[in-house]
Amino acid sequence: MTVPENLSYTPEHEWVAINDGVASVGITDFAQQALGDVVYVSVPAPGTAVTAGEPFGEVESTKSVSDLYSPVDGEVIEANPEIDDDPGLVNTDPYGAGWLLRIRMADDADPVGLLTPEEYTALTKEAE
Amino acid sequence: MITPDATEPRSTPLRGVHEQLGASMTEFAGWLMPLRYRSETAEHQAVRASAGLFDLSHMGEIIVDGPGAAAALDYALVGQPSSMAPGRARYTMICAADGGVLDDLIVYRLDDQEFLVVANAANTSVVETALRERADGHDAQITDQTEAYALIAIQGPAAAGILGPLTDVALDGVKYYTGHRGTVAGREVLLARTGYTGEDGFEVFSQPGDAEHIWMTLSGAGAAAGLVPAGLAARDTLRLEAGMPLYGSELGPDTTPFDAGLGRVVKLDKPGDFVGRAALAAAAQAPPRRVLVGLRGGTRRVPRHGYPVLWDGQARGTVTSGAPSPTLGVPIAMAYVEPEVAAEAGAGPPEADQHGAADGPHGAADSRLAVDIRGRAEPAVLTPLPFYHRTHERPR
Repeated sequence: MTVPENLSYTPEHEWVAINDGVASVGITDFAQQALGDVVYVSVPAPGTAVTAGEPFGEVESTKSVSDLYSPVDGEVIEANPEIDDDPGLVNTDPYGAGWLLRIRMADDADPVGLLTPEEYTALTKEAE
Repeated sequence: MITPDATEPRSTPLRGVHEQLGASMTEFAGWLMPLRYRSETAEHQAVRASAGLFDLSHMGEIIVDGPGAAAALDYALVGQPSSMAPGRARYTMICAADGGVLDDLIVYRLDDQEFLVVANAANTSVVETALRERADGHDAQITDQTEAYALIAIQGPAAAGILGPLTDVALDGVKYYTGHRGTVAGREVLLARTGYTGEDGFEVFSQPGDAEHIWMTLSGAGAAAGLVPAGLAARDTLRLEAGMPLYGSELGPDTTPFDAGLGRVVKLDKPGDFVGRAALAAAAQAPPRRVLVGLRGGTRRVPRHGYPVLWDGQARGTVTSGAPSPTLGVPIAMAYVEPEVAAEAGAGPPEADQHGAADGPHGAADSRLAVDIRGRAEPAVLTPLPFYHRTHERPR
């Protein structure tokens, strides 16, 4: 199970990369392993407002469905165009080609509750 | 009989093998079982294209023996095991007095006075208790021998070719739904041509101590042919594509065999009484109260157990099982619907492909029929079962 050092994480097993007020979001290696083969991802369209901690989409695998939660307040600016045709990217490259969406963070957004790689790793060990 | 600690799941004799293979393990019916080894989709596809190896040692094995064994089973079950020749196997059910299904079973007649009843892991105890009660007054013993058996299945078009050189049983002579005593990898087994995938395949009952040797030998021999280990996730999508029911989904105490379209297992014309006779005779005569149908999903979202089936926006049925179909490339599901809905929804243009092609729904999905998938109605198309037809023949 990989937990890249340059990312932040949520307790809902998502990773977040923040650059210049834009948060890129995906699910972690731990999450994709637990889900199994991903068959469908639903994320909101660009322009949709999202709220930190609120569910905004779903990841569906062979056996189960999991909600996706927004890690930050803001507005969706881009959804990964490859995911619809190739949802398996979430399994094969969850931190790279399997990214899910980009959110322009609200001006005053100061994301709280994001975990460091060490904190996230500890959380996954508790989950086992 | 071993009574396990209530909090610890039981392990099969192959647990060490699964862990070595890096399987994702899951608790299922009180057993620690491999859910998948790498990708359940790849495992499923391997079974359709070549072969898969399954650990099914969690299944229950109950021996019924004695001079009255056949008569006891004729009374206890809806089928007629007394009419089976030794060496035959039959799919059957054990029902409650009201006709509700307690379990679906495969019964093997090992000898004139000896039968092996294979039950679902979750129901083994219930089945054993019911058999014991129903055998009262018959000269027959009921013994749960689950701990004495390991069960390995090899399923797929390449299965016979892989297994053939490793067994002293001539597989060409092994007909579907028969069991033969012999050896595999030099170890004594009961070898049956049965399975739960819709492919040709074999189920190998062995002593627990021989399971690892048999598994490793089959694995090694089958590697070149594309044999892979396959877990419970693949097992479920394979049986769903094959239109086979699962207890707890399509079958349960609130369903009769007739509801599930399996009235053929109820032998009402066998002489003598059996548990559930009156209720099942009535059900056989009555108009169907629900129909088990197949559905193809019109979007990528998957109809799941318990989701309402909608007809013109009204809930007129319930999904029993659903999953993405690796072979068809769309979600598939089984559902109980009201008979009128099955008739009306099925009255549209017939499905053109019956050969498992990875096709989308035909034309515009019939939007009168839909599944409420977590609050959103997604179109569905009524599809005859099974969804998948094997193209490779097995000997008659």
